[in-house]
Amino acid sequence: MALNPEVIALIIVTIIGAATPLLLAALGELIAEKSGVLNLGLEGMMIMGAVIAFMTVHNTGSATLGIVAGILAGMGMALIFAFLTLSLQSNQVATGLALTIFGLGLSALLGREYVGIAYSGLPKLDLPVLSELPFFGKVLFSHDILIYFSLFMVFATFYFLNRTRSGLILRAVGESHDAAHSIGYPVIAIRYMAVLYGGAMSGLAGAYLSLSYSPMWADNMTAGRGWIALALVVFAMWMPSRVLLGAYMFGGITILQLHGQGMGIAIPSEFFSMLPYLATIIVLVIISRQSSASLAPASLGKPFHPTH
Amino acid sequence: MTPRLQLKQITKAFPGCLANDRVDLKIQPGEIHALLGENGAGKSTLVKMIYGLMQPDSGQIFWQGEEVIMQNPKMARSLGIGMVFQHFSLFEAMTVLENIAVGMDQAVDLKTLEKQLVEISADYGLQIDPRKAIHDLSVGERQRVEILRCLLQQPKLLIMDEPTSVLTPQEVEKLFVTLKRLASEGVSILYISHKLDEIKTLCHSATILRGGRFIETLDPTQETPAAMAQRMVGEKITPPKRTEKTAYGKEIIRVQNLSVESDQPFGNDLKEISFQIREGEILGVAGIAGNGQTELLEALSGEVDTPIDSIVIQGRPSGNLPSNQRRMIGMAYVPEERLGHGSVPDESLHSNALLSGYQAKKLLNRGFIDHKKCSDYANHICDKYKVKQSGINSAAKSLSGGNLQKFIVGREIEQGPSLLIAAQPTWGVDAGAAAAIHQSIIDLAQKNSAVLVLSQDLDELFAICDAICVIYEGRLSATYPISAISREEIGLLMGGITPPLSTPAQTA
Repeated sequence: MALNPEVIALIIVTIIGAATPLLLAALGELIAEKSGVLNLGLEGMMIMGAVIAFMTVHNTGSATLGIVAGILAGMGMALIFAFLTLSLQSNQVATGLALTIFGLGLSALLGREYVGIAYSGLPKLDLPVLSELPFFGKVLFSHDILIYFSLFMVFATFYFLNRTRSGLILRAVGESHDAAHSIGYPVIAIRYMAVLYGGAMSGLAGAYLSLSYSPMWADNMTAGRGWIALALVVFAMWMPSRVLLGAYMFGGITILQLHGQGMGIAIPSEFFSMLPYLATIIVLVIISRQSSASLAPASLGKPFHPTH
Repeated sequence: MTPRLQLKQITKAFPGCLANDRVDLKIQPGEIHALLGENGAGKSTLVKMIYGLMQPDSGQIFWQGEEVIMQNPKMARSLGIGMVFQHFSLFEAMTVLENIAVGMDQAVDLKTLEKQLVEISADYGLQIDPRKAIHDLSVGERQRVEILRCLLQQPKLLIMDEPTSVLTPQEVEKLFVTLKRLASEGVSILYISHKLDEIKTLCHSATILRGGRFIETLDPTQETPAAMAQRMVGEKITPPKRTEKTAYGKEIIRVQNLSVESDQPFGNDLKEISFQIREGEILGVAGIAGNGQTELLEALSGEVDTPIDSIVIQGRPSGNLPSNQRRMIGMAYVPEERLGHGSVPDESLHSNALLSGYQAKKLLNRGFIDHKKCSDYANHICDKYKVKQSGINSAAKSLSGGNLQKFIVGREIEQGPSLLIAAQPTWGVDAGAAAAIHQSIIDLAQKNSAVLVLSQDLDELFAICDAICVIYEGRLSATYPISAISREEIGLLMGGITPPLSTPAQTA
């Protein structure tokens, strides 16, 4: 396979595809973490979004309904998490892990009948004229709506956090829940909303996987993307623009390993499959050696007891 | 005149304690009203109810003559009540401006807010850079941010919860100027403190609480601090009794040429510290915070390794001994930080008693914890040092600061150490309890123990020490007998100037 412009365009398009679920899920988790809640259940929320979205599309034929159902499934999972950790004050780490295991199991059970069924995929939004441009048309202007949405959300998240009063309050709650409480903000309610939003974005990421990225259902099809998205938030030091950068970097590694295999590079394919995870670990180590602790929301992962 | 705020028969109970029992309070416009009481007297609970953070079980709150039910802080603010918290309610990672915006009840344009902030801070002489992040500010500046946040809401009543406990004397003076000006403009101020001198100079009237009950409202300008303290505690405070000592026993600890590089970015390296303490002697180390006290304590407690000969305890070179082995040879230690250093915040008092006392009090039985003995020990500490708690199984962090301090000091003294190292032993502790702690330190020295006290409080050092020295930028001054040096001279040493007057008794 020669590297002509067409192949390069194809590679870039697939990288964008691989990056989008990471980007969506990580942007959602970023908001949850900014409010001070560490939800390790990303993977579980994503896979539930994937299976429910696929089932809905298969049974109704409506892609819109499928996407909505995926979002709701993610939110449903997030609601369980929020109730346990915020209302009952259970440990966030343990609850998040349990949520992932629960989601993986439940999705496999629900999706038993749907394994191996194909779906045509989300329609591409070919922007008139622009999409016919050579090279750039394919790379920039011929994607489905979720990809444009994910890019828009990078900007929207930045704007929300840094330019709006609600974003300021959200950050305040994540910074010091006691101080926010003493000023009189409803800490628990704000965190509920942030966690539900994170669930919605994860569910959407899952829907994107099963409806667009590889339009089908298979057990465990998220394949660790939730964990990568989680690491991305730390990698990005809680900044939306860096989440974008990280998502495309990790997406790129995923795709390049596929192409590397295709081009017969004599490195075991397992090595390439391992790369994104290795990169995650290295990034985590590098970042933890810097003073990233000061960048993290100060109340991250700490339960709030509204007694005093 | 209609009082700005009036409380009638306010009662609030928590599981296991009655925090406020039929409290009455009346504040006039333009009045600075002190709320006085010991740790745990119910001051904080009372103001939390005024600010809407808690609701009273019974009783009435009147605001400018009308009865109100204070549902939440938002409502309190809309009425014109502002509060400056003891532990600041600021967000470290955010800027001054963002912090103030978060504290406002309506959405505000940041540019307009910044302009208002600059104006009002110039007006009151409270300089602050609105773009700076909170974690870059000093404690005094942080408090300024809180005050400005209240002022922007044009408060009619300002509540200040122990505002001066973290300030330097100069900052306190500035604060008082601001408060007096606010009062002259008609703002009422409710001022919580147990520093009686301050109340005497600042406040127009004072309400005393004891054990949650209203005792009386009096005019602090007409009372002596001693008389107010007596009403606060409910009994006469006996100043610690000290007998002049002329001879001391053998040397317990000798520190010679101890130099340690600080592991903190803004710490102070210790430079050639030398001193010695003998049996029965109490040595005080005065100094403004941040002059190497933390580093000295770490070296003495065994948290940092030092050259083996630089610290000699009971004749044994001990510079490299870890903390627990130093405890084994009779040392006890009250650290600066009570949470996380002096105690494990989430563990019970029972466990915290065990952690430092298991060697000296023999709380282990063939390697297993003797729970009975351990409980007895914890209970004994609580009884003897009047620690208010709801059982020895309650977590250390659930105690108020002063009560936890009493527990930690008690735990160390009751081990009967031959050497006690105590940092700020009465920090945040009220007058009555402080006197009791001072007395037990003196009693310990009477039993031939050597004691080292590090403190910023000169009254404390002059009340209990036999000898005193000053730490300044990591260097220790010569040691002076307490009778041979005045406060002024110590004050000069704390500022880095060696007074030419007295001759040191022991040249280091």
